[in-house]
Amino acid sequence: MIRRDFFRLLGAAGAVAAVPRPAGAQERARSGATHDPVGVLVDTTKCVGCRMCEFGCYHANGEANGLEKPSFGEPLTPERTTNEKRWTVVQRHVADGRAITVKRQCMHCLQPACTSACLTKAMYKTPDGPVVWRSSKCMGCRYCMVSCPFDVPKFEYHSAVPRIQKCQLCFSRVAQGELPACVASCRFGALTFGRRENLLEEARFRIYRDPERYVHHIYGEHEAGGTSWLYLSAVPFEQLGFRTDLSPDGYPAMSKDFLYAVPQVDVLVPLLLLGLARVASDRASGDHEGGDS
Amino acid sequence: MSASVRPIGRPHLGTELRRYARFLLSELRPKGKVLTPFNVLTTLILLATVAILVVRFAFGLGAVTNLTQDQPWGLWISFDVVTGVAFAGGAYVVTFLVYVLRVDKYEPILRVTVLNGFLAYAFYTGALLLDLGKPWNVVNPIIGNSFGVSSVMFLVAWHFLLYLTALFFEFSPAVAEWLGLRRVRRVLTQLTLGGVILGITLSLLHQSGLGALYLVAREKIHPLWYSEFLPLMFLVSSIFAGLAMVIVEGSVSAKVFRHRIGARLRTSHEDIMLGLARISAAVMLAYVFAQILVFVHAQRGPYLRGFWGFWYVLELGGFVLVPAVLYVYGVHERRMPVVRLAAILTIVGIVLNRLNVSIIAFKWYAPVRYVPSWMEVVVTLGVISAELWVFRWVVNRMPVLDFAMGHGEHGSSAARHAVRSAA
Repeated sequence: MIRRDFFRLLGAAGAVAAVPRPAGAQERARSGATHDPVGVLVDTTKCVGCRMCEFGCYHANGEANGLEKPSFGEPLTPERTTNEKRWTVVQRHVADGRAITVKRQCMHCLQPACTSACLTKAMYKTPDGPVVWRSSKCMGCRYCMVSCPFDVPKFEYHSAVPRIQKCQLCFSRVAQGELPACVASCRFGALTFGRRENLLEEARFRIYRDPERYVHHIYGEHEAGGTSWLYLSAVPFEQLGFRTDLSPDGYPAMSKDFLYAVPQVDVLVPLLLLGLARVASDRASGDHEGGDS
Repeated sequence: MSASVRPIGRPHLGTELRRYARFLLSELRPKGKVLTPFNVLTTLILLATVAILVVRFAFGLGAVTNLTQDQPWGLWISFDVVTGVAFAGGAYVVTFLVYVLRVDKYEPILRVTVLNGFLAYAFYTGALLLDLGKPWNVVNPIIGNSFGVSSVMFLVAWHFLLYLTALFFEFSPAVAEWLGLRRVRRVLTQLTLGGVILGITLSLLHQSGLGALYLVAREKIHPLWYSEFLPLMFLVSSIFAGLAMVIVEGSVSAKVFRHRIGARLRTSHEDIMLGLARISAAVMLAYVFAQILVFVHAQRGPYLRGFWGFWYVLELGGFVLVPAVLYVYGVHERRMPVVRLAAILTIVGIVLNRLNVSIIAFKWYAPVRYVPSWMEVVVTLGVISAELWVFRWVVNRMPVLDFAMGHGEHGSSAARHAVRSAA
């Protein structure tokens, strides 16, 4: 198992920048998820908290989307979250007596709750993986915010023409073969961009090579049905503010049974009611103003 | 009165239209005293609502609401829409009793209940438009340029729209009678059973759909309130929520609209209320049983400790079980005040349940809790005021509380006509 991973990694490691599609990715297809999407591996043991990713994000996306320029000297508390003016933030957590910095943003789920919740397809998972928001379709109902297990979509409450703000995984840059802005600005190798299958192998390889350095878990491999952003950490993920109680089945599955039942009910119940009405009508005309139930 | 517009002979179309215009204008004028405490209060609320809504649409939702990134749905969704729709459930229950099961006893309250359901849907769900960030895009999932068919919200939106139409058809014979359009009325009456059956089906899915909206938020709702049976619980509770509203509304109407109530309703009012109370009690006991099953099945025992356990038991025991027992007692002893008290407790319990799922136990772990702003409360009261105004206007003009007004059915009920012609 490990040896096979290692050999596959040899092929993958040099190719991450070129974003190839490995052959063994068909397994993903059965769940209806995107074929081997792009993603980012975050190695929190390499993050120094310089926040260059925040600045990179602002320079790439800030002007067009009305984001706020990050300022130096902001205390990096664990409560620092993305908001309607910040698509990505670095948090500092204290765990095992040391400070650990973590970049947070949209996880770009393989089976996103937000896209299944959206009734206008404004939240849309592009074929290559990034989950994007489309202004012209959105009616601002904010069901995406209710449904997202990571509480990622943010709403512009103080605007007459509000937008949903969240990381778009720089989908237009990625489409042109460029790196996402945050990855391009990371100087410490904490962020690695590539195809998700390759990133998973890279992550496994790092754990295998350095078992003392990491907890043996890749956050995002199974959480919420799998995410495009994957995390490695030296401490258990709940100490970094990650939810560890998320369903591995994916969120669309939770309402699927109900939605499948809808057409059945719509067809069968009227027939049943018509039959009932017929019986009741016959009975009423038969026994002439009979009892009342 | 409607008699004034009944066509005589073959009048000229132009004079006929002018007569209609004059009639409608005269009907628009208020009836009764204008300066009543109710009118003054609701006018002030409505004026404040308009002012708040101007600010809301100029500066965004944040200017008037306490909504946050953590609590995207507040009072306007949780109370106006999610709770309001449950209270509109009386319409599908009573139409089921009268048109499908042919229980003629409930016919006198049919129209007022359908009217209530129609207005509740129109106003409370109309209030949804105030809450949408970009309400002008509300047509997107309707006209077909963007069908998000995997969304529960999509289903709810469509079933809402269709049900609103069905309710209008169910009520339309009353409008036709008001306008004196006998032939139109006959056609509409023939459509009624179809409308009713469609309406009941749509209601089943709309009511349960509101619960299904929250299925996806599994980790955000306290385990005492979340279960995969949320849609079923919402559906079952909408039955007794709707009936409790019918009982309270009936008791209020009996006083406020005494002059509009026909002979049939006056003589059978108490029997009807007691009958509904009996149905409610049965459904509520079944609901409590279903909740206990879910409780045991999901092994919720450990959660009973602390505040949330207390809160859960209060909702289910104090505001479902207690009113159910009160209903049984009230029916047995034929004591209307007890039945009314039970109905009011039931209503409180439904408000509690819907707010628990959508606000109070939603993100129960969050450090900062959402509390609605006074402006959100005022707008909610404004929506209710506007609905009451329209309700009063209709009841005072159309044959709602008295079917036979000016259009005698000659002893045979409208329901029978409908069933015969459709079956």
